[in-house]
Amino acid sequence: MKLIFDKSVNGRRGVRLPASDVPAAELPQALLRSQAAELPEVSELDAVRHFTLLGRQNMGVDTNFYPLGSCTMKYNPKINERLSALPGFSELHPMLAQLPEGIDYCQGALQVLYETEKLLAQTCGFADATLQPMAGAHGELTAVMMFAAYLKAKGETRRKIMLIPDSAHGTNPASAAMAGFTCKEIASNADGDLDLDELKKALNDEVAGIMLTTPNTLGFYESAVAEVVALVKQAGGLAYCDGANLNAILGRIRPGDLGFDAMHINTHKTLSTPHGGGGPGSGPVCVAARLEPFLPQPKVYKNKDGSYGLSEDSAQSIGYIAPYYGNFSVILRAYAYLLMCGGDGFQRISENAVLNANYVRERLAPWYEQNYERSCMHECVLSASRQGAKGVRALDIAKALLDKGFHAPTVYFPLIVPEALMIEPAETESKQTLDDFCEAMIDIAKQAEENPEALKNAPLSTPVGRLDEVGAARNPILRA
Amino acid sequence: MKRYAKTHEWVQVQDGIATVGITKFAADELGDVTYIEMPDLDDEFEAGEIFGSIESVKAASDLFCPIGGKISAINEELEDKPGIVNESAEDRGWICKLENIKEADLKSLMSQEEYLAFVRE
Repeated sequence: MKLIFDKSVNGRRGVRLPASDVPAAELPQALLRSQAAELPEVSELDAVRHFTLLGRQNMGVDTNFYPLGSCTMKYNPKINERLSALPGFSELHPMLAQLPEGIDYCQGALQVLYETEKLLAQTCGFADATLQPMAGAHGELTAVMMFAAYLKAKGETRRKIMLIPDSAHGTNPASAAMAGFTCKEIASNADGDLDLDELKKALNDEVAGIMLTTPNTLGFYESAVAEVVALVKQAGGLAYCDGANLNAILGRIRPGDLGFDAMHINTHKTLSTPHGGGGPGSGPVCVAARLEPFLPQPKVYKNKDGSYGLSEDSAQSIGYIAPYYGNFSVILRAYAYLLMCGGDGFQRISENAVLNANYVRERLAPWYEQNYERSCMHECVLSASRQGAKGVRALDIAKALLDKGFHAPTVYFPLIVPEALMIEPAETESKQTLDDFCEAMIDIAKQAEENPEALKNAPLSTPVGRLDEVGAARNPILRA
Repeated sequence: MKRYAKTHEWVQVQDGIATVGITKFAADELGDVTYIEMPDLDDEFEAGEIFGSIESVKAASDLFCPIGGKISAINEELEDKPGIVNESAEDRGWICKLENIKEADLKSLMSQEEYLAFVRE
């Protein structure tokens, strides 16, 4: 497909404005371009066709099953979109709350922010929350910055070591390092759990805390999660819960009840907001009471008369971490979802998410290796090591799935499983869809036995074929 | 005689200079290597310390120094052609050389036979 720049014709316009009936104003010379901007020149129809065609070539949850492990690609209910597009919200200016008397004109939006914080804190078992972080990893960073501020306030600046399991998302050590901590990796044991002996060996008075994903990235519920948290806290550290896999325990376990001091929630995973093209995201953070004074600013509060205000005067706050109050329209979608599904709905979400993952796991067990003999939570991790004997790798299986009309699962993560295929069906898929997917995976396993070479060329039916990922990484062309 | 670390680096000592790289097994597991973050010349490391990192299309991994010493050379050829690590991990794909080495560190490393048994597990 051609780029829109390739379709450009000199002088073609989508809209021709009428001649101006007022004299042109002079702009300062310093603000003028030295040459015209390079923009595509196309008609309105050209532009509509171009983007409609591009959209049709896209693969998303609205078009295909999308079992991308660790990403919870659940269906995004369209009512969320309707609500977030209501003009009373969408046309609100973000500065309004900070203007004199402006606060009276955005009470509804402030109420949404206030109640979402309370709902999240209540759902996850914490004292309070902030909605400001713009993504999951930003939430991690915000939380560990609060850890650092808390330790500093207590005069415990010698605590510099953040413990991180070897199955963790790469964002955990990145966030900890950005907040000034040194990371220490803790190994997993043969069952896929954090190794308690390794943990005990690592604990000392320089440990700031631990970042633990619950359930972990192998899709298992850490058998001793409460003990891990207790050990770290006994040693004077703080415990952080990476909420990437919250969908598995929603409505059943509250991480705050397990003793965690903070956790982030990916609204685009658990709370059905769009993943859309890398953003806009939202990664709210819940905190236990001892971290409350360190929450970012500004903070929405509720007055006795039921009205809402904004405070920016917390002495111990870590300060501003994002413009305004977070990604408001994304938070609004999450709020709608929380109200729609809360209570019993949460339990049905986690139950079906776990059931679907175990169904796929059981059906594929005869065909793909599984490194751990135990039932999983919301996602299952298979290994393509058996297919590897025929020269077929996890990447080839992922590409072959595209030809069969499914988005590929996550591959090569977690790192501790060789040739990993990480499948997370999410609760919104029917048994028929899961069966179709399993049949496709079984077909590919058979093909790996009988005609492995054919899989090396997949995909053949997509708008572009096998991309040269190695070439792109080794010789990137960063400028046109 | 090469010695091997559990973290999949090899080291070969000749005339007081240690040459270090990653094992063929590690290179195969990583897949096509795209970038190697090298130590600086004259940097000093203890055995077990991180001295660089290696990236492939699949993952990024830390490199652990199998022997204490001071960096005396790095394999500059890998800068433009990191794929040499895949072609020849334990020869042309060497990563760096160290001087002033602590030869006693070699004792806690594995022989080739022991290492191959270790990765088979």
